[in-house]
Amino acid sequence: MKMRRSSKMNTLMGPLTFDDAKPEAGLRKSLELEPDDVLELMTESNLKGRGGAGFPTGAKWRLAAGADDEDKYVVCNADEGEPGTFKDRVLLAEYLDLVVEGMTIGAWAIGARHGVIYLRGEYSYLRSHLEAVLKRRREDNLLGCNIMGRLDFDFDVEVMMGAGAYVCGEETALIESMEGQRGEPRSRPPYPVTKGYLGHPTIINNVETFAWAACIIDRGAEWFREHGTQHSSGLKIFSVSGDCARPGVYEFPLGVTVEDVLREVGAPEAKAVQIGGAAGFTLPRSQFGRQIAYEDVPTGGSIIIFGKDRDMLKVAKNFLEFFADESCGQCTPCREGNRKLLEGIEMLERGECSMHYLRELCALGETMRLASKCGLGQTSPNPFLNTVEFFKDELIGRIDKTETD
Amino acid sequence: MLRTEQDVLRQDIVALADRLGRGRESLLPILQEVQRKYCTISDYAMQIIADELRIHPVEVYGVVTFYSFLDFRPKGRFVIRLCRTISCDMKEKNRVARQLENDLGIKFGQTTPDGKFTLEWANCIGMCDQGPAMLINEQVFTNVTPEGVHEILEGCRRVFGVHALERGGARR
Ligand SMILES: Cc1cc2nc3c(=O)[nH]c(=O)nc-3n(C[C@H](O)[C@H](O)[C@H](O)COP(=O)(O)O)c2cc1C
Ligand code: SF4
Ligand code: FES
Repeated sequence: MKMRRSSKMNTLMGPLTFDDAKPEAGLRKSLELEPDDVLELMTESNLKGRGGAGFPTGAKWRLAAGADDEDKYVVCNADEGEPGTFKDRVLLAEYLDLVVEGMTIGAWAIGARHGVIYLRGEYSYLRSHLEAVLKRRREDNLLGCNIMGRLDFDFDVEVMMGAGAYVCGEETALIESMEGQRGEPRSRPPYPVTKGYLGHPTIINNVETFAWAACIIDRGAEWFREHGTQHSSGLKIFSVSGDCARPGVYEFPLGVTVEDVLREVGAPEAKAVQIGGAAGFTLPRSQFGRQIAYEDVPTGGSIIIFGKDRDMLKVAKNFLEFFADESCGQCTPCREGNRKLLEGIEMLERGECSMHYLRELCALGETMRLASKCGLGQTSPNPFLNTVEFFKDELIGRIDKTETD
Repeated sequence: MLRTEQDVLRQDIVALADRLGRGRESLLPILQEVQRKYCTISDYAMQIIADELRIHPVEVYGVVTFYSFLDFRPKGRFVIRLCRTISCDMKEKNRVARQLENDLGIKFGQTTPDGKFTLEWANCIGMCDQGPAMLINEQVFTNVTPEGVHEILEGCRRVFGVHALERGGARR
């Protein structure tokens, strides 16, 4: 099993598969192919979006390729705001050429002339690096007019900055933000592949997705499918933090079990693991045999480890504070629901929550899952519901600390 | 010729609009530049931006209030944003927070009376493996310790020592 790790802001401790990528090999190959064949390869590889939702990348690109419009856009979602996720930052710092190569391949495949990297405001310090790499690629004829000498292929990429709003990572909110609006998610359909940036067909992919796309075109769909499970092909980059000996960025094949990850990162005593960020799954020890894959426990790459002495109610509280703060406030279940859940947690903390009210809070969580407009509100009750499910004994009948002190 | 502060701000914004464009998609980049230079986006600035982009000032206000890196209240020259999310929380960010408050003499959400520092919370800033982490303007600091806070703040203060005039010039 391949497991490699890197750490420290810009120094990689061990190589990733991306290290073996031959520069521009994927782009060169794709320009020798018809756009349709590139789409075919992407579909065959079974690559699914690495940003969390796991939509098949080939299918997404095909929809945009089929849309009839002169103007199309390729957007790289570098808004990485999910708590516990930082692998995109490392990819942008260390493997940016591969990411932009992937974007360029996407542009060729769907027939786009414009690309945008939407970089979160918190990563402003990476901007000059991004601009420098884009400039060099223009000089090397890898961006701009007639890329690699192909008279029928123009594509350029610009950087747009976010301004500190987690919800802007949601693809329709991201488009709103690019258009100079409040980052409030739109109702779908229409999907961005038909009506995206400025009303034009747009593919939005995670940073990591583009990097894999470049590798896939070079090495082939077969190579990619050799890794992972039947439904979750390939390798995946993980961000590991929390109570473990070796936090950092790791590469594992999808389908890896939680146990295996914990062993590798040095967390034998873990009591629980949060997979998929604040909105993901909180798994107790009894569930450590589960697989990290789209068909079991899906993730955008965040793994947060809780040691044996952690108070799981405090953890859930931290997540809910996050959501209450980051909800865009557009729809009621999410805006009010997260606040109510947070209040509920505070009651639990003080030891003042009846079992009846706890059940009502869980019902509220279920309602939020169903009735919220975007992924934020649909998933934000997860940590709360998981904590109630797996760690009820820690929640019920607590003694208020201030009383005993 | 005497130029008032408002004249300067207006000319700055017009120049920004010339450079960044007057379409709606230029709004955020313009606001980000104004925020960076003036440490705030005043009512007057919002009005001028709205005029340049030919939109209603309320539209500008709506955007400014949505994004946590934009603010119509004056901020300090250095905005310190300490991550409060779970991984940093488990690495005792509270002790760093306490020391920041002690050394600056302000609470979170406040700005020092001399207008130099603003102290804020941030949600996860993507440095979870190296917490506690914080941003000071665009610079990131990782593995921050309570003892290390003083030296980091001194580093900021030295900037005022050397360039105090030109740096402060835009505001006062
Ligand atoms: C609240 C919210 C935040 C999101 N944040 C991000 C993000 O920071 N980065 C990202 O790539 N996708 C994020 N997504 C998922 C995007 O909406 C979208 O599915 C993704 O960018 C598609 O790219 P992919 O198919 O390559 O994963 C977020 C979704 C939601 C609901
Ligand atoms: S679910 Fe939350 S973040 Fe999404 S649109 Fe509704 S209020 Fe906004
Ligand atoms: S939790 Fe603090 S940087 Fe991610």
